[in-house]
Amino acid sequence: MIRPGKMLKQVLESVFKKPATTEYPLVKARMPDNFRGKIVFHPERCIGCRLCMKDCPSGAIEIRKVGEKKFECEIDLGKCIYCAQCVDSCLKKALEATREFELAVLDRKKLKVTYNAETGEVSKG
Amino acid sequence: MHKVVIPIGPQHPALKEPESFSVTLSGEKIMKFSARLGYNHRGIEKACEERTYIQDVYLTERICGICSHSHSTCFVQAVEEIAGADIPKRALYIRTLVGELERIHSHLLWLGVAGHEVGFDTLLMYTWRDREVVMDILAMLTGNRVNYGINTIGGVRRDVTAEQGKAILKAMDTLEERTNYYIQIATKETTLIQRLSGVGLLSNKDALKLGAVGPTARASGVDRDVRRDDPYAAYAEVKFKVITDNHNDVYGRTLVRVGELLETYKIIRQIIKKMPEGPLTVKVPRKIPAGEAVSRYEAPRGEDMHYVKSNGTEKPDRVKVRAPTLANIQTVAKMLEDRQLADLPIVIAAIDPCFSCTDRLTGIRHAGKRSKSVLKWEELHAYSIRHYREHGIDFAELNKKMRKALK
Repeated sequence: MIRPGKMLKQVLESVFKKPATTEYPLVKARMPDNFRGKIVFHPERCIGCRLCMKDCPSGAIEIRKVGEKKFECEIDLGKCIYCAQCVDSCLKKALEATREFELAVLDRKKLKVTYNAETGEVSKG
Repeated sequence: MHKVVIPIGPQHPALKEPESFSVTLSGEKIMKFSARLGYNHRGIEKACEERTYIQDVYLTERICGICSHSHSTCFVQAVEEIAGADIPKRALYIRTLVGELERIHSHLLWLGVAGHEVGFDTLLMYTWRDREVVMDILAMLTGNRVNYGINTIGGVRRDVTAEQGKAILKAMDTLEERTNYYIQIATKETTLIQRLSGVGLLSNKDALKLGAVGPTARASGVDRDVRRDDPYAAYAEVKFKVITDNHNDVYGRTLVRVGELLETYKIIRQIIKKMPEGPLTVKVPRKIPAGEAVSRYEAPRGEDMHYVKSNGTEKPDRVKVRAPTLANIQTVAKMLEDRQLADLPIVIAAIDPCFSCTDRLTGIRHAGKRSKSVLKWEELHAYSIRHYREHGIDFAELNKKMRKALK
């Protein structure tokens, strides 16, 4: 159906076009603003209501009491399905979905991340 | 002529999902076709009963990778009906918008797969390139390319801004131009018409008798669309045509899907224009009162149905899913009767099957007997041990050997 003349135009256009694919590992990919990536926890805001634990569809999140009105949070990034329901459930905005997506590790223990007010973000293993 | 039975699947290079087909051949001619479902059974319905309603929204979203929004909307609608929640207009419009964007990506994906199955790979490359336009729009709106997570019980989770609306309209113009080109191909390209015409014939009578849904039924002249017949979300407020065709074959199914794409662009334009202001969610209690509801949704592949029964607690009593492919898979046997084996891939692909959606139940039959019975977990466990013993495998000894070997 495409006439040869039209085809030639397309061929020449394609020669000078930039590639359609992105050069991902070389050029860092930018995720959309609403992206639901790695969840981070802000210990100072948490009041320990555990609504996030209750609503998490995969049981990836655990809030532990570490002192008077002090809480730490352990997120299993291997279990997390990145739906960010915990972020919606949290009344005090203690949880936040970031745009971080490169979460592959060689040791699965490293997927368990603990957020503590004193020690900050620590991954096991 | 001598008859040959060929098993296709559960693992087969031509299949995208594990599913078992058995084809009885006489020469190149198909005498009998039967499908055995159940290889993708994941126990989602049972899992829904053990999770709260909010958790179930994300679980039902993962029934299917392509029509994920269809399943979650269908579930959410049923729960909202039981709870008697009055969903804000804006939320309904956003649900419709995402649902229609999903239809675009699903139909473009199908067009590419259909092209690939008949050896027209250029079409696959073209449509999947254009599909990226709508995937980018979905990522912009909801954050992710698949499993949008836009639904919640009582509304939607994310808003659509004015700039996003403009970007969507711009994308619709690009896609409409591309779709018009595909319509030109579908109606003028002789090789495509010759390859698809008369393949996988399903008469209007058979489509009705076998209960076909979606584009498969509409290509056989069955004028049925849940969006028009039983409007949900914002479909009552938009104008669109239900595309039907009387070719009754794969060619007709292609025309219906491509025609539906154009209607979808119209719907999206109307939705962006009419979208009312207002809140996104309404508060729904965590405990849903006792009751039951059936919800219908026109997924890209056809009518999707969810049944939810609640018992006044935070968890549902029963969730039943009837995915469109389960309604359509019966028609494939009819379509393939007395046809060539070479037509099999495109005929199966033409119903746009999704076996992950379909596999809701596995039945266990006594070998050699026709009767079916329900086995309890302990009985099943005892049965498996007995079965292996009868076949000369005793795990007690193997376990001992294993322990020795490990020492």
